[in-house]
This record gives sequence, C-alpha cells and structure tokens, in this order.
Amino acid sequence: MKRRHFLQQSAFATAGTMLIPSFLKAFETQAKGLAGATGALTGSSPTGKILVVVQLSGGNDGLNTVVPYRNDIYYRERPGIAIKPDKVLTLNDEVGLNPALAPLRALYDDGLLTVINNVGYPNPDRSHFRSMDIWQTASNSDQYLQTGWVGRYLDAACAGQPGVANRPKAIEVDDTLSLSMKGRGQNALALIDPKKLFNQTRGNLVETLAAAKPDPHHGDVAYLYKTLAETTSSAAYVYDKTKVAKTQTTYPAHELGNRLKTVSELIQSGVETQVYYVSIGGFDTHINQPGQQERLLKQYGEAVGAFMQDMKASGRMQDVLLMTFSEFGRRVKQNASNGTDHGTANNVFLLGGMGNRKVFNPAPTLTDLDEGDLRYSVDFRSIYATLLHDWLGTNDAAILGQKFDRLGVV
Amino acid sequence: MQRIRPAQLRHLYSRAGFGATPAQLEQAGGHSVRATVKSLFADSQAFTPLELAGGEVVDKGELKQMMRAGQLDRLELKAKIKEAALAQRGLNVAWIDQMVGQKGALREKMALFWHGHFACRINQKPGFVLDYLNVIRQHALGNFGELLLAVSKTPAMLQFLNNQQNRKNAPNENFAREVMELFTLGKAVSGPPHYTERDVKEAARAFTGWQFTPEGQFIFREKVHDDGEKTIFGHTGPYRGDDVIAMLLKNPNTARHITTKLYRAFVNETADLDRTEQQRIDKLADQFYASNYDISELMESIFTADWFYDDRNVGAHIKSPVELLAGIRHLVGVTFSEPQPQVFIQRTLGQLLLYPPNVAGWPGGRNWIDSSSLLFRMKLPDYVFKNANVAVRAKEDGDVNVQPFERKGANKFTTQVDWAGFEQAFAQTPSAQLPDAIAACLLPWPLTPDQRNLLTKTNPSSANPIRQLATTMMSFPEFQLC
Repeated sequence: MKRRHFLQQSAFATAGTMLIPSFLKAFETQAKGLAGATGALTGSSPTGKILVVVQLSGGNDGLNTVVPYRNDIYYRERPGIAIKPDKVLTLNDEVGLNPALAPLRALYDDGLLTVINNVGYPNPDRSHFRSMDIWQTASNSDQYLQTGWVGRYLDAACAGQPGVANRPKAIEVDDTLSLSMKGRGQNALALIDPKKLFNQTRGNLVETLAAAKPDPHHGDVAYLYKTLAETTSSAAYVYDKTKVAKTQTTYPAHELGNRLKTVSELIQSGVETQVYYVSIGGFDTHINQPGQQERLLKQYGEAVGAFMQDMKASGRMQDVLLMTFSEFGRRVKQNASNGTDHGTANNVFLLGGMGNRKVFNPAPTLTDLDEGDLRYSVDFRSIYATLLHDWLGTNDAAILGQKFDRLGVV
Repeated sequence: MQRIRPAQLRHLYSRAGFGATPAQLEQAGGHSVRATVKSLFADSQAFTPLELAGGEVVDKGELKQMMRAGQLDRLELKAKIKEAALAQRGLNVAWIDQMVGQKGALREKMALFWHGHFACRINQKPGFVLDYLNVIRQHALGNFGELLLAVSKTPAMLQFLNNQQNRKNAPNENFAREVMELFTLGKAVSGPPHYTERDVKEAARAFTGWQFTPEGQFIFREKVHDDGEKTIFGHTGPYRGDDVIAMLLKNPNTARHITTKLYRAFVNETADLDRTEQQRIDKLADQFYASNYDISELMESIFTADWFYDDRNVGAHIKSPVELLAGIRHLVGVTFSEPQPQVFIQRTLGQLLLYPPNVAGWPGGRNWIDSSSLLFRMKLPDYVFKNANVAVRAKEDGDVNVQPFERKGANKFTTQVDWAGFEQAFAQTPSAQLPDAIAACLLPWPLTPDQRNLLTKTNPSSANPIRQLATTMMSFPEFQLC
C-alpha cells in the first residue's frame, strides 16, 4: 500500500504506524480509544490559538532595546553605548525602540506589539544558565524543577485526552530540546526542518529498530521503544503534512529567519501544534556591545516582521501570538569595555494575536536601583499565566504551581 | 563458595564502573561475588590527582587585576581568558580519560555521582575547578563527613554558593540552605520538616567568615564572622561553620538522604520504591550512620547484596550521557584525536561535566531521553566508529565564557578504535554464536529473536562481523540501559 493511499484511508494512521510493533500499537490504540471517547480527535488547544516563543539567549540588554530616551540617568550611565534620542524609534513620550527594530515599530503602529517593561522575579540570579533555568521551568529562584512550563502544559493538555500519539502538540525548531519543552510525561518534538528529521528516522537501522519487538523486561525499555516509535511516526506525520505547505513570504536568509519560516510552514500545513519554540543566541554583550546587539536585533526584527506579515497574508494573525524574552537584562551602568554586565529585570514583547497592543507599563525607574540593577515590577510568571489562561485556555495555576496575577493583555 | 555468574559480572561492572570489556569479563570471572567486589575496591584504592595540562593557568579575577595594574593589554587579556576556558575544557576531557582508563573505574564512577550531588559550576576558574574535582575524586570512596567538609571549603563551592558574600550583618543564605536541602538532610517527604527557615538563617550566620583567598586557599576570616549566639536545631551557642557541619552529620536524616540517593543511582532509579526497598534502604542508612559515614562500606554492602543482582534491578538505569560516552570508549578502546567532539556529545545530550545545570545536579533517569536525544544516542556508534557526518548542532548557551565549547569542528569526529583488542576475545567463538556472545558483553539482556533476525539482516556476511555486530548492538535502545 502506498503511504498516501494509506493515510487517506485512516484518520489516525500514518506511515510511521506501519513500522510500529504490535505491542506498541497498544499505546496508540489506547490513545485513540481515549481520544475517540472524548471526541478529541485533533490536538488543538481549547481556544484554537497558537503560541510562538522566541528566546534571546545570553541576556539581551533591555535598556538599549526599549530605550528610555528622555532619561538623563540613562545617558549619564552609558556615555559610550546609549542610543541618541534622534535615533530612537519612539513608541510614546517615554520610550522608543532600538533603531535596528524598524519592523517592530511598524507592527506597533498596526496595534500588534505590546511591550511589557520591568519583567523579572524575586531574588534574581545573574548566572545565564541558572536564570534561563528559572525562566524555562517557571520556578522560584531557590527552587529546582525538572520540568519546563510548556512541558507541564503538555502534560495537562494530554491528561485524560492523549490525542494521537504522533501529532506533536509542541515543536521546538532546533536540533535539541530545551528544558521548557520537557514535561513529566510529555515532551515536545525537536526538529530543524521536517525533512531533516524524517530522514534521520529513515535509516535502515532506526526503521528496523522502531519496528522491533523489545523484550518487556523493564519499564525503561518500553519507554525507549515508545519514544522511538512516536518520534518515527511524528516525523512521518509532520513531514507528510508540510510537504506541500510552502510559504509565499520572503524570509531573511539567516538562522532565525529560517526557523520562523519553518514555524510558519508548520502552522500553515495544518499540524495541530499549539506551541512553537525558537532560540537565538549571542546577546552576552560584555565587550563592544553596540554593533553586536544591533546586528542581532536587526535579525530579530526582520525575521519577526516577515513572520507577522506571513501570518497576516495567510489569515492567521488572530490565532498566533509571539512572545520574546531573555533570561535577564543588563546592568544600568555600562562597563569599561563599551559593554554591559549581567543584570536583572528586562522587557518582554508580545506580538500579533488579538486586542489592542501598547506599552503595558511605565519604563524602569533608574533612580531606585538595587545595587545598580533594575527592580522588577512584573513577575514573568504573570505573563505565562496570562498566556496559559487567556490565550491557550488552560488552568494556569495548576501548571505554574502558584497563582499569579494575569495581565489582561491578550 | 559460589562463583559470580557472567551476567552478574556484567551488571556489576556496568554499575560500579563504565562497563566491562570482553577481556575484563574473562579475567574477572571465576571468583565469588564478594571476592570480585573486593577486587574492584582494591583496583580503585590509589588516588592520583588530575593536573592542568600545560601547567599554570591564571584565573579570570587575577587577570583583570593584572590588566588594571598595566601588566596586560586587552588582546593579551582576551587570549588569557580563552586559555582559561580551554583549560576547563581540558579538565572535562581529562576526567573522561580517567573514567575510560583500565584502573580505578569505581572511584571515577563514585566521583561522577558526587559531582551530581555536590553540583558546582563556575566559569573561568580552572584552578578552582581542578581543586574541587580532585577533592571529590579523592574522597569518593572515603568518609562522607570528610568529603562534605572538604568540598564545602573548596573555593569553587564557596564562590558558586556565594559564601564569599556571606558576612556578619549582611548574611547570604545560599550555602546554608543548599547544604541542608541538597547536600545532607534533604527535604522531608512526609512528617515534620528536617529543618526550618530559622535553622537556615542561623546556620548562614555560622558560616560567615568561610572565604577563600585570591590564590584559591580556604580561609576563615575572623573579622567578617558573626561570633554571636545562634540557635540551630534547638541548640544555642556561638557556632561556626564546622559546628553546623558536625550537627548535620549527627542527624540520621543525612545518612538516610544520602543512602536513598546512592540506592537510586546505583541500584534502581525507578520512581516508586516498594516496601521491601524502603526497608532495605532504612537498614543500609542505619549501617551507614553507624559506620560514621564510611562510603566504601556502604557501597560494598550494596554490590555484594543478593538483591543487587535481582532481575528487577538489571537494566533499570538509563545511562547518563557521560556514562554512555565513557562506556563506549572503554568497551572498545576509543581515543578521540580532538577534545571538541567529546564536549559536543555531552552538550548535545545534556550533560556537560563541570557544568551541571544548577546546584541540584542533573535530574537523570528518563529526563535524559526525548525524541532528539534518543535518535542522537542511536547514531552515536556510527559517529564514533565510522566518523559519519554529524548533522546535529548543540544549542548555544549565550554565555561568552563557554564559547570555546561551541567552536567549529565540534562535530568532526576523528577517532582511533582498538577493534583488534575487542575482537580477540571472540576469536574462538563460532560465527553462529557471535551475536549472543557479543550481546552478553554489551547488553543487559539476551537478544530477542527479533533482534537476532535484525542483526542477521543488517550485517550480511561482512568482512568484520564482530565490529559490525557490536556497532549495531550499541545502537539498540537496550544499550542505553545498564
């Protein structure tokens, strides 16, 4: 039987299924049974909405991203790197965007950009790894969690309603999976592009093993074979869906552009994925910051601008919300190398979706610092709570383990 | 006395080390379980400190001082900082070499456990990292109390947990909290809490003055120490750090916490421990406490127990990325021409030695496995043995300090493999029996009929059947378990 023919015959099965050994089919049968029973045949979120997370790794300097261009202290503390008022792309009479972010300014004018200032958490950690850990797991700063916030969303979304095993509810466009995307029982799927992943699962050995019957000695063996079977069949499903989905929009030819293009094609292909995750690194600007940060922000602005235009062109703008964060901002005072060192609170962008976009709250107060660092006023988990509850339509407190005020911005 | 069975021997070597080569299995056979375990401890008796390749490397703090004093210009500083990062990478790989070596695998396996337990991550301080690493390796099989005290006083740990900032009138509780929550008592799962917030606060005051000199020596600084009375665990006195460590060791919850963690790491990492296992752990913990925390005695009890070899415990451990890498290297004598690919493997699979994610260490178990890490693990033998093209990239950390780990060439594997040594052990094995014989060395269980078919199909009468079979078996999901 040809694959396409086979797919047409069954709402559930995919090419991958044919390779799965009979005992593993039990997993799928169970999944299908439950899905059938609840009528949840697709994996889309209760609200039908899609979240795209863009992570800026390295600690993006927020003060030179959303510039307080009328603040004397800002100019006094950053004589070598401050952005001159006439260069700033003004948003209101207090703040404006870095000149490299022209596409975001256009989105702002269309009411599609929300800037949230002073986002952070109590007792901030200035280590990249640890602070990223905190953002990705949504933990307190003295707490160590082994699951990510999107991962726990997947756990909750799949509880009692496993959907179909091979239809990933979350995809990270990367070769490896971030902690944010790992849950207790559910993980996202990582792929750079669907074809590459498909090819990786097609080798003689992998295919044969995915079809081999393990000796069920131990739970871990079953877990490994189940992961392999799901990967193989997810890869086949996603590849099959995206083969024809090619976007008409031109994306900038760099890594972030390519990755957001992949996200767009996945969305347009009709896979039921609800959360996409993309990272871009290089923001650790201790030395000669201006050129480096501008180059990165320009890439970010171009890529996100193209993505939003693409969503608009394909009529999906209302369904897609993009959030951008970094693990921390940087110190107010520049260092001796025309750079900045690790700081605390930072800004977060929300783009697209519905609603009236704006600068959500006042810019940071530079007169009331905590040993040279900004004091946060919005807990990042308030943003997560807003996205989880108001956008994805789920129980935010259950996923975050605590109740956080929602911001009412989506 | 009953001789250790081959399957038991394989299990023991995979848990108490990084696997057994066919030659090791042959040589170690023929003795009782007890005698075999004894010989493993004897083999790890000696401790040789690791050293920094290329001698002295200056830590970053000192470099900045030298620059301020005009002894270095910017370019020289940059070069020196890179040198420091590369020195830490050198330590990472040197430690793996140590695990792979022919002697002392048990010591390194224990040190790997302690590295996850006393997790510590600092950048740009190769001298501090070397000192920390040698402390956990030196005490790995010694006395837990001595290990705890020694590692707590390493400049690496003091810096990582901010004790340098813990001063009289300005306490920093980071070290005091983690020493209770993670290093000794652990959080109470049920019943009354093992410690209170007040205990943490007061203990932090006792640890004031525990600092280190710029040269990397522990120093007790009287003038930043808070010498007032503290009330900790219901006792009041002008306590110092050493007193708190002594109190923590006196508390049997410490023995229980450590024993439970060791049991999970070395016996069975399955989430739910049944009643029998709970009782077993209680008994071991009592013994550990009574022995005044003798690590070797505890581990010997575990490795010689009948239940250690139960079916339930065989293959019940997912190899960590470092265990996987060191295991492959050890089993077939692999050397890498360059350090970078080994760092790349660790980064891609999520366990970079000397860079644990946080003070709680690597979560381990099924957390190691997701769609991409499993595919990569299954491809790893092809990368290592056949130097196949690696089509995967590790994620950028974003931290400029670890940029040397992200250098190009990470995924260009060049290796030498001692296949002759591996093949020699099977020289007398009839070819029909090769798959089962090799599986008995590499996998936790005998081959299933499906697997045997697969091996026949994927390895049609090749010129090098032994290496073909071994390579294929190392791609099996079962090879991820030990």
